[in-house]
Amino acid sequence: MSQRWTPAQIRSLLKGLAFISPWIVGFGGFVLYPIAASAYFSLTRYDVLRPARFIGLENYVELFTKDETFRTVIGNTVYLVVIGVPAGLVVAFLLASLLNREMQFRPLFRTIFFLPVLVPAVASAEVWRWVYNTNYGVINSFIKSWGLAVIPFISSVELAKPSLILIHVWAQGTAIIIFLAALQDVPRSLMDAAEVDGANPLQRFWHVTIPICTPAILFVMLTGMIGMFQYFTLGWLLTQGGPNESTEFFSLYLYRNAFQFFKMGYASAQAWILFIIILAFTLLIFRSSARWVYYAGESD
Amino acid sequence: MQRPLFKIAQRALFYVMMVVLALIFAGPLLWMLSTSFKTDPQVYTVPPTWFPNPFRLVNYPEALSSRPFGAYTYNTLRYALGAVAGALISNTLVAYGFARIRWPGRDIFFIICLSTMMIPFQVRMIPLYLTFKNLGWLNTYLPLIVPTFLGVNAYYTFLLRQFFLTIPSELSDAARVDGCTELGILIRIILPLAKPALAVIGLLQFMFAWDNYIGPLIYLNNESLYPIALGLQQFRTMFQEELMWPYMMAASTATVAPVIILYFFVQRTFVEGISITGLKG
Repeated sequence: MSQRWTPAQIRSLLKGLAFISPWIVGFGGFVLYPIAASAYFSLTRYDVLRPARFIGLENYVELFTKDETFRTVIGNTVYLVVIGVPAGLVVAFLLASLLNREMQFRPLFRTIFFLPVLVPAVASAEVWRWVYNTNYGVINSFIKSWGLAVIPFISSVELAKPSLILIHVWAQGTAIIIFLAALQDVPRSLMDAAEVDGANPLQRFWHVTIPICTPAILFVMLTGMIGMFQYFTLGWLLTQGGPNESTEFFSLYLYRNAFQFFKMGYASAQAWILFIIILAFTLLIFRSSARWVYYAGESD
Repeated sequence: MQRPLFKIAQRALFYVMMVVLALIFAGPLLWMLSTSFKTDPQVYTVPPTWFPNPFRLVNYPEALSSRPFGAYTYNTLRYALGAVAGALISNTLVAYGFARIRWPGRDIFFIICLSTMMIPFQVRMIPLYLTFKNLGWLNTYLPLIVPTFLGVNAYYTFLLRQFFLTIPSELSDAARVDGCTELGILIRIILPLAKPALAVIGLLQFMFAWDNYIGPLIYLNNESLYPIALGLQQFRTMFQEELMWPYMMAASTATVAPVIILYFFVQRTFVEGISITGLKG
């Protein structure tokens, strides 16, 4: 900047910087430096005991050409995101729409649908391990008493991922609250106008309610997607990646490489690939959002 | 008169559906609670019983005393409260700088701050671990507390900034005319008005700390330092598969209960807080 700054401007600049100084330190030390270091480590072989040795792009080449597990891991993670995030979103939106209707005991129902998200992941893992238990879990125990074949849930290659997604769909409290807030902003007048025009409830839901809620849907979709790509605790505790690598997700494999095999460079390269995948998905959703997100007050 | 009857039937159907859904969603937690009071034979009945008889309350003291559950809780509280203090202090200052002072470059800094939300923890995890290792901070709570004092959670900064923006600027201007410093304005005028938003951040950070598994997993490997998240796994290795489900469910209930009790105390603030962030997002 070529023009001179007035003393008042400089003073306000210093004031502003002083207030955000904790963040500047934190950003430098706990965000920027780790990112730079991670980028460097991803180009090295590093087992912590010996110093990192620069090997260029070898980690990336190995990940994409030799590592069979890594291919499975990407497939598993994309499955989890592409099925799990929309499934959670749809269920949360439907539950929120139900809760938005006039009814008795609404606070009670709201609390019940919200509670699962409060359950700490470690406890959730134990509860669902017991619910899914093949012999005496609540579901299979009933199935057995009816003389039907038990459902193997997390112990089968086919059902392990859907079983984990079911737990995710169960814990949608945050999204439900966000959708409820959005639904309460749907203007009554718009609904009445649609009704006068002869739209049935389903049409009103599809053509009025959902469009008005699209900003909230975009928010839930983005945060859900970013979170799901980093899925760790429940997978780590419940299935440990098994059976037969069917639930080996990105973060699990990365953790294994870093802290069990001590391949810090290799794990860093994976972290960067994860970052780039998340960026790509974010951009994709943002670019598409121009076509389906409706912002009130914007003429089209 | 077909119409009113139809309406009543529709209404009844709606309530039936709501109750069924509620039972499904509450199911896993009810199953946990029910199991935690069962005797061993009751666990293995087919079909299962929901109402334990006899009601074995003593599962709780027996399960929780088989491992230092008290120490796990104390450890969790120690670092969770530190993290809450850190998040509140640092984010208040940073959000004030982003919301209530006009300075050149502010918006660029704010965008950088927000964009850090997209970076997955995994990218920073390894260098952070190595840094803390070199600092000699492994097996201490410092890696879990210090970053919160440096406002690295952009989500909280964002939430507070949005809240600060809703406070009329005339209030600050009047105080400035009276010779109040920015810090004085923050403490005397803004903070008292921002209590609901601060409560939300405090609660979110507390719940995050209570829930956090991967952080303690990486930084702590001494059992005397374990928080509940790691402690519960110790119970699991002890009770092993199938053998002691009532104990395991008692320990799980004890892990869930504090969060749910806390939620009932601050339910309103919490629900409001989530909707603030969601709508402005």
